[in-house]
Amino acid sequence: MTTDRAHLEGEFFMSGDEACAEGAISAGCRFFAGYPITPATEIAERMSDRLPEVGGTYIQMEDELASMAAVLGASWGGVKAMTATSGPGFSLMMENIGLGLMMETPCVVANVQRAGPSTGLPTLVAQGDMMQARWGSHGHYSIIALSPSSPQEVYDHAIKAFNLSERFRLPVLVMTDGAVGHMYEKVVIQPRDKVHIVPRRKPKVPPGEYRPYEPDADLVPPMANSGEGYRFHVTGLTHDERGYPAMDAEAQDKLIRRLVEKVEKYSEEIIEMEEDGIDGAGVVICAYGITARVSLIAMERARSEGISVGMLRLVTVWPFPQKRIAEIARQVKAFVVPEINYGQISLEVERSAGGAAKTILVPHMGGAVHDPQVILEAIRQAAK
Amino acid sequence: MSELAVNSEKTRENHPLGEYLRTDRFPHIWCSGCGLGIVLSAFIRSLLNCGLALDKVAVVSGIGCTGRAAGYLKLDSFHTTHGRAIPFATGLKLANPELEVIVFSGDGDLAAIGGNHLIHAGRRNIDMTVLCVNNFTYGMTGGQFGPTTPSAARSTTSRAGNVENPFNMVGLAAASGAIYVARWTTAQVRQLERSTTEALQRKGFSFVEIISPCPTYYGRMNRQPTGLDQMRYYRANTVVKHFASPHEVGVALGGQIVTGKFIDTERPYLPHPQEGHDGA
Repeated sequence: MTTDRAHLEGEFFMSGDEACAEGAISAGCRFFAGYPITPATEIAERMSDRLPEVGGTYIQMEDELASMAAVLGASWGGVKAMTATSGPGFSLMMENIGLGLMMETPCVVANVQRAGPSTGLPTLVAQGDMMQARWGSHGHYSIIALSPSSPQEVYDHAIKAFNLSERFRLPVLVMTDGAVGHMYEKVVIQPRDKVHIVPRRKPKVPPGEYRPYEPDADLVPPMANSGEGYRFHVTGLTHDERGYPAMDAEAQDKLIRRLVEKVEKYSEEIIEMEEDGIDGAGVVICAYGITARVSLIAMERARSEGISVGMLRLVTVWPFPQKRIAEIARQVKAFVVPEINYGQISLEVERSAGGAAKTILVPHMGGAVHDPQVILEAIRQAAK
Repeated sequence: MSELAVNSEKTRENHPLGEYLRTDRFPHIWCSGCGLGIVLSAFIRSLLNCGLALDKVAVVSGIGCTGRAAGYLKLDSFHTTHGRAIPFATGLKLANPELEVIVFSGDGDLAAIGGNHLIHAGRRNIDMTVLCVNNFTYGMTGGQFGPTTPSAARSTTSRAGNVENPFNMVGLAAASGAIYVARWTTAQVRQLERSTTEALQRKGFSFVEIISPCPTYYGRMNRQPTGLDQMRYYRANTVVKHFASPHEVGVALGGQIVTGKFIDTERPYLPHPQEGHDGA
């Protein structure tokens, strides 16, 4: 173990929420603005202890609207910044997540999902915000969302989320849940030199020539921080490459296409998934987060009954791995999609499969994880 | 070249504050008779008075007519979401305490949708300056009543007169904990400039309310149909009472406007002064 407080190398027994905070600090996060909310509060608590140790800032805002706004402001101040929340707070953050997308502001939002709508079941698990993650802010955009299924993965995803946010200049969502957030497990933190960190892409031109939204060849513009002498203007309005408001359909077309394409064009690079026994399988379970772990039990039981079943675990949920699903659909009879909602990602699986394979939703309304037996039952049905 | 374009070109060349403005964005969107140009130029002169390094100045606006101010300044400037200029500015200031952060926004943005952030920024005593341009109406959306509209004043959503009680902005800022609180009208340009200069120099949450004409909506619906009418009203009805209680200077329809510096004090602020930053 090292004494480097900015990167706690070693093996730890940690909750998913604590791991989220530690991953963020390893990634270089030095600003957290948040508002207490179950089951995400432990992330804020850990950050309030840890950030001052590493020269960072913790601020508890008056609500989640303010938290998200402060995170964007801090990012423009040149500091890696994040917030963490759960459903009700996530709803309040939506407008400023849109501002983050429009201003192309790198930052990370962790949503430790609980059962909703509204106040719902504050302490209990759900995966009901997956479509809100995709479409919750108004207007059309692309987003990146990750779905960790263990405290170790929450740690890893926090780092990955910061890297993606700097690489593509947008808010990146870590869609964990109440079960993973409060679960304690072994978390291994690798030595600092084993952790890949993506730095902010800085302008290569002098201030007079800088256009804040002139993209590089990969559609992502370099970013000046406030106070560096570039004297730039940025706005939530539709804008041109100078960052100036441009109130017409042409400017809108150019901007929105780029904001969407800068993610979609690189979806292969962004998307991460895990496959188990898909080749030759008749049925494939497509699951994410805590539900992927529960599904492993069902898969083992099905296999012991002689059913040929594989698993596609979505590590990245947005952008959606539609190409891979389409490929698999041509080889299998059916997908079984267990999720803790009444059918969200299952719709994407169904759309991607394009009728080549059946999609069987195994819903759970939230408050607990699935009984593996229910998933097993769906696998049996699918294999028939 | 159209007449507008020619005028715009001339402004670029001849405006005495042209080098601090994004004149390539002119003509601006503000109506004839609007007070925002007066406030903007007084603000720039205040910045220059302070001798601040302009590369370290950041201006944050919300949404509305005043919200467009950030976009005309040749500084780091942020046009954010409705009501959220103060929390955005809070993040910016805490992330980089070297920045001089100014929130430049309107009464609807700061007192209605952003009211909660205003009072909490005052409570925290975040080191920033808030310029609140109060025209008593939602101008950008066409003249609806807002949180500062005086009782009985007419608007497009209170045709028979506003039935609500308004906020007294300086009282609200003072009660929240601001260390510097002043109010001026756009007919008191020298005082405004001096006051804004002081506000920028203070460490902590400074709040300057600027009462400003909106002849297009507020004035027209309340018997002051031109900017000049509103300025004449200010001239005839404004008194200066430094250190009057900010809680006793509410603005009523057709009433006296009490202006002046009401609060000028010190208390611990955020971000805490550190080595290498301002050690106030």
